[in-house]
Amino acid sequence: MGAADLQYLLWLVGIATCVKVLLVPAYHSTDFEVHRHWLAITHSLPLKEWYSDESSQWTLDYPPFFAFFERFLAIFASWFDPQIVDLVNGQNYAVRSVVLFQRGTVMAADLVLYWGLWEIGSGLSRMRRRILYLVVIFSPGLLIVDHIHFQYNGFLFGILFLSLAAMRDGNDLLGGIYFAALVCFKHLFAIAGPIYFVYILRHYCKGPQKIARFCIMASAVISIVALAFGPFLYHGQMPQLMKRLFPFGRGLCHAYWAPNVWALYSTGDKSATVVMRKLFGVYIDRPKAGLTGGLVGDFTPYAVFPQITPIVSAILVIGSMMPCLVQAWRKPVPNAFIRWVVYTFTCGFMFGWHVHEKASLHMVIPFSVLAVERLEDARAFLFLSVVSTYSLFPLLFESKEYPIKVTLLLLYALVIWLNFSQLFGTSTKDSGDLKAKAASNTELNVQETVKPLIGPVEGAYLGGIMVIEIYGQCFHPLFFGGSFPFVPLMLTSVYCALGMTYYWLDQLHMVLSS
Amino acid sequence: MAEEDETTVRHAYKESPSWSWPATTSMQRKFSFGAICGFALLLRMMLSLQPYSGAGVAPKYGDYEAQRHWMEITVHTPVKEWYVNTTNNDLRYWGLDYPPLTAYQSWIHGRIIHALEPAAVALNTSRGHEDARSKFLMRWTVLSSDILVFFPAALAFVSLYYKLAIFEEQAWALSMILLQPALILIDHGHFQFNCISLGLAAGAAAAVVSRHELVACVLYSLSLNHKQMSAYYAPAFFAHLLGRCIQRRSPVFGVVKLGIMVLTTFTICWWPFLSSRHSALQVLNRLAPFERGLYEDYVANFWCGTSMLIKWKQLFSVPVLARLALGATITAALPSMVQQIRAPSARGFLLAMLNSSFAFYFFSFQVHEKSVLLPLLPATLLALEEPGLLQWLVPYAVVSMLPLLRRDDLVLPYFALLALFFLLLKCPRHFEYKIAEDKLIKIFRAPILRNCSLAGAAILHLLYFYVQPPPRYSFLFEAFITSYCFAHFLVLFIYANCKQWYVPGDGQWVSSSKKIN
Repeated sequence: MGAADLQYLLWLVGIATCVKVLLVPAYHSTDFEVHRHWLAITHSLPLKEWYSDESSQWTLDYPPFFAFFERFLAIFASWFDPQIVDLVNGQNYAVRSVVLFQRGTVMAADLVLYWGLWEIGSGLSRMRRRILYLVVIFSPGLLIVDHIHFQYNGFLFGILFLSLAAMRDGNDLLGGIYFAALVCFKHLFAIAGPIYFVYILRHYCKGPQKIARFCIMASAVISIVALAFGPFLYHGQMPQLMKRLFPFGRGLCHAYWAPNVWALYSTGDKSATVVMRKLFGVYIDRPKAGLTGGLVGDFTPYAVFPQITPIVSAILVIGSMMPCLVQAWRKPVPNAFIRWVVYTFTCGFMFGWHVHEKASLHMVIPFSVLAVERLEDARAFLFLSVVSTYSLFPLLFESKEYPIKVTLLLLYALVIWLNFSQLFGTSTKDSGDLKAKAASNTELNVQETVKPLIGPVEGAYLGGIMVIEIYGQCFHPLFFGGSFPFVPLMLTSVYCALGMTYYWLDQLHMVLSS
Repeated sequence: MAEEDETTVRHAYKESPSWSWPATTSMQRKFSFGAICGFALLLRMMLSLQPYSGAGVAPKYGDYEAQRHWMEITVHTPVKEWYVNTTNNDLRYWGLDYPPLTAYQSWIHGRIIHALEPAAVALNTSRGHEDARSKFLMRWTVLSSDILVFFPAALAFVSLYYKLAIFEEQAWALSMILLQPALILIDHGHFQFNCISLGLAAGAAAAVVSRHELVACVLYSLSLNHKQMSAYYAPAFFAHLLGRCIQRRSPVFGVVKLGIMVLTTFTICWWPFLSSRHSALQVLNRLAPFERGLYEDYVANFWCGTSMLIKWKQLFSVPVLARLALGATITAALPSMVQQIRAPSARGFLLAMLNSSFAFYFFSFQVHEKSVLLPLLPATLLALEEPGLLQWLVPYAVVSMLPLLRRDDLVLPYFALLALFFLLLKCPRHFEYKIAEDKLIKIFRAPILRNCSLAGAAILHLLYFYVQPPPRYSFLFEAFITSYCFAHFLVLFIYANCKQWYVPGDGQWVSSSKKIN
């Protein structure tokens, strides 16, 4: 770690920032207006009204730290253009200067990501560290979600990296504090709460002063949470705040099915309905909304399969996490911690309630730290990042971004394939090649036979993505014209769900065998 | 860390694996070239999200509308009428003023757009047609031309001219050719098809350096038939090929062979217009718009750069200026021509391309600010041999187009691509430039000189963006930028001429950094 590495990191950051600047005029989703409106809410209203305001449909539904962050950005926004923070006149205000300003804040917030990367990279060897920088900074998922679609995930992953780096280095107190802060920014990260809790309990709160250590940790975490929620508690806003943070009124699946177990489950239900009708002549009425206990939102209840309630989903999430929780309880070693955290995010994604496709970033980004360490993980990462990025494609539905998202994915897969195969020496070498000879001497190539980065199963699956995409883009419109527009989306979602399940089982195996 | 770096470079691939471009096998190398092309393509695609020239500016719009209008005309009117003023083809409204190959290219693109979105190229009714879908299709006509012409030409050039270079050097040369910001900004931002004519010229250069002279003649003639601006390279091609013929045992036969190739290519390109002397002259007349004046807007060339001191346009009439321009251009191009006729060499030829295109850019009649792309191409082709030249020329070429890009609302991509270029120069490399032993290059590399020059450019940018010019001289800062860039170009022009005369004898470019590995 030194000046040369910092220079290299900054160099990559510079290039990434140029790319991000070029993406400023790209499509942005309603999340752009959501975040603009939050700037207006936090700027124009007193704190006690932040979570009760309903002047727009885009109500504030992130935890308080994120609201404070928006409040902080609003200072600059009001200098830049007071109309941005106007609660009424600012609505749907998206002239070019405003887009530039808001996109600029996302780019600036990414500085935390780079800081986190720097910290997490300090534990790796030089070559791995540099590849890690490349892998995270140019992550197509982050570029698509943050810099095209518009969200602020980059800096949250920065905080996650800070926390993971502290935990890995044995500084559990700091790691716990960072994690508590992260959850107060975006509560989706709370999925990793159980593993943090078990690990800290067993790794930090041990020895003769375990009670004292427990109290230190508890008071640190509680003071962070109090810092976030205290002001709202004082104003009696807690019930309202909780209602906003946990809108269980929404359905199991999002409008576009995230590629998880529930996408497969829904498809199973739909096909079962068809099979019943066609084969047995049994016509099944869709249950009325009442049967699911009012949990409808934008999702139709199941016809054949049992209904899923939030409790079932929660039990499955916790249940699937159990292997790593047990392991952390039995043998809390810092080396395995990052893997466990990634695994819990995977469980949350696979079985969670109303999961967004964007949440797959939660497993991809931290997993990159493991990917540069071991060949098996590198293989899984390459697979996962392609599946995850492809599952994000429906976010950008306009034709002008289509070539960009495809190129981003292909280029990224190509570059990480090149880097990983260099790092792990997985490709066959030219006999007369000087560099290859030298490379074969490195400690990285001690394995006699190395598995290729993309195995036959993965290769066939990834080829299938191409088939699905070509069908969705060319053949489906050719056969059906404009009708059944949901079919390509469903195919994408189900196909990616298969890939995700494969990845999850792979990780489960990895956790069990480690 | 600094010491560690010094020692690790030597054993980069042995003890301490520091990061380098990850390609050790031939497959990895091929994919690496693919990755560079992919990144270049990505940048172009992102540029195509940006506004284009004359977007929404009725009634004349800009170059985007000109290209779209040509597609409209070529699709809906017979070939004979393309260059003629008819009821359906009002030449005052963006009349076709490029040679036939541009017209054919417009016809092909027009047919494609006609099939997908007929309203975008409908006769007469489509003027100023701008919507998201037609913009997407139009952008793709340029992107596909770039992929089909410029990218292969760049790859061919690198694999032929830098055949003996190590992989990293080849990758670097390719990146410099493909990631050069000025071409990306003009073609994919402003909207033009320079990638075709420059791609053909680069292909011709690749053919020349690999001694495929007949292919070079065909490709160069095609380039000339796509945009008459390619004539800027004519002295270099003419002198080099003549020089090569003279070296042979039967020079006349060689010249005749090449001449036949050129004539055949021209005849094929011009075939529909050769039915009569009149129709051929009509096309020619469209290509030489003398009524448009000595230079367009703000060009960093001699006439415009010195116009603050001498009011050329007021002192002389157009015919006098035209003759003056012709004389000055020939004089400026002469030294590099003489050198190539006397001692033709691959490297000397590329420098001659640079020098003759600079001569035309500085002194010829009716020069656009976009014409700076022509000297830029040979400069990027020489990326490994003349790194100093490249590092100085590219940024100022981009800066010289700032007034144009600002009009097009492309200031943000302008800064992004300029910054990207400077970052690429800082790319962590495992090779050293083959630095010539002469003292000239040392002057270029003096940090104080570079810093002063960049500081001056920064001040000009601040003035241009934040200071209101006095009302009497409303284009004062544009003129400053122009003159500032011209001063830099002039120094580079003199330097490149000197370099050409110092060129060592013929031979292929050999890597100097083999020893590092």
